[in-house]
Amino acid sequence: MPLVVQLRGVAYAYPGGPPVLRDVDLAVEAGEFVAIAGPNGGGKTTLLRVALGLERPTHGAALLFGEPAQHATRRSRIGYLAQRARLGVEAPVTVRELVSAGLVARRGVLARPTAEDRARVEDAIARVDLTAQASRMVSRLSGGQQQRAFVAKALAARPELLVLDEPTAGVDVDAQESLARLLGELHRDLGVTILLVSHEFGAVESLVDRLVLVRGSIVFDGSPGALPPTWHDPSHVHV
Amino acid sequence: MFDSEFMRLAFAAGAIVGLLAPAVGFFLVQRRLSLIGDGIGHIAFAGVALGYLIGVSPVLTALIASVAGAVLIEVLRARRPEAADQALALVFYTGIAAGVVLVSSAGALNANLFAFLFGSILTVTGGDLALVAVLGVAGLALIALLYRAFAAVALDEESARVSGVPVGLLNVLLAGLAGVTIAASMRVVGILLIAALMVLPVTAASRIAWSLRSALLLAMAIGVGSVCLGLTLSYYGDLAPGGAIVLVAAAAFALAAAGSAAFARARTG
Repeated sequence: MPLVVQLRGVAYAYPGGPPVLRDVDLAVEAGEFVAIAGPNGGGKTTLLRVALGLERPTHGAALLFGEPAQHATRRSRIGYLAQRARLGVEAPVTVRELVSAGLVARRGVLARPTAEDRARVEDAIARVDLTAQASRMVSRLSGGQQQRAFVAKALAARPELLVLDEPTAGVDVDAQESLARLLGELHRDLGVTILLVSHEFGAVESLVDRLVLVRGSIVFDGSPGALPPTWHDPSHVHV
Repeated sequence: MFDSEFMRLAFAAGAIVGLLAPAVGFFLVQRRLSLIGDGIGHIAFAGVALGYLIGVSPVLTALIASVAGAVLIEVLRARRPEAADQALALVFYTGIAAGVVLVSSAGALNANLFAFLFGSILTVTGGDLALVAVLGVAGLALIALLYRAFAAVALDEESARVSGVPVGLLNVLLAGLAGVTIAASMRVVGILLIAALMVLPVTAASRIAWSLRSALLLAMAIGVGSVCLGLTLSYYGDLAPGGAIVLVAAAAFALAAAGSAAFARARTG
């Protein structure tokens, strides 16, 4: 299967700071569902940002769809859900308007929406079970519903790679399980490659093909079933 | 009131600014850059002063300075987002200081400068109106063309960047639009008050809107309404027009906030 994400000998340190990542090698094939877990401050989000070309590695190379990540040309194939803290849900935006914003990259900044675009938006909204809330403002939804609205935004352009950074932060257990079921359906029905960063991956453990534990470097990369019992709470990995 | 040509010109110029300022301010507010209009205004002041000093149209030098200053703020902010407030402060204080030094060098501390600082809409000429119309129509056309792209960046900039939306270019364009808006609006409400016309109608509209699109359209309606009512009050009450316009916009925000709170209480109570 073609490689969607590749990291080769990647190291990263924030300007003036200590190394956050050291000698990271990672290859994600098309169609894989990979969970990236680890303790807070372990470098999970940094690894993701380097992989997406949002940060330039200090050493090594990051490739996206076979191209250097910082200059990747096929970015419209990516659906991305940033960490909750970065999202501006206070804007007076409806679910439908938010999800429509996910199509801008795919159809171009000057293009007018077509009937097919509108159908894609409704399809994405239906897939996250928010059809009844499509005309409601995102700010008036529950935390779990807001997360599903942003997932729908990431899905609107029918991405080949779906990247989610701590999608269950600040939402209750029911919402976490609901999101896990949704991701499982997407992976099974659409064959989407999924990269999920979370320090609470219990809900998706049975769904992922592969678990990658990060604590400055990759300390485990394999099937969740092969994870040593003493490491079974990846948010508290001790190496 | 409309028998006088100066009032017809004032209303025409004011209406264009009343539409343009909140339309541009809408995206700045969503991106939590509400104060950027003040910073650009300070740079525009330096531009006006430079115009007096070198004997060039102050409006032209203010326009160049505003656009350049707006783009500089955006470039500094993009390089270090965590220090965006410092970038604004750098531009604010450098702009006002440069303006003071240049205007004193030009010996232009007089009523003309006062007109740029606080507006002189009642002295708008046909030529001024033509310039405001060209800038206003161009600005509104660009917003209409790029509305969805600007909205995508305002709602979730990082996601837009990851998916390939040209975020950097759009942010620079929006900054340039803000600069043009400041320069076009100087004669209507003045450099010191134009930021208010970019922000207050937007915050008022956000209290009562039911969607992003309705918030933008309501903001523009409140902007135009503030200008028209403000000018009317100024004419009959012999009030400073720039200040009257902004006070009407502030009253609109207060009404919208009170109305929204009362509606929320009625719904839950």
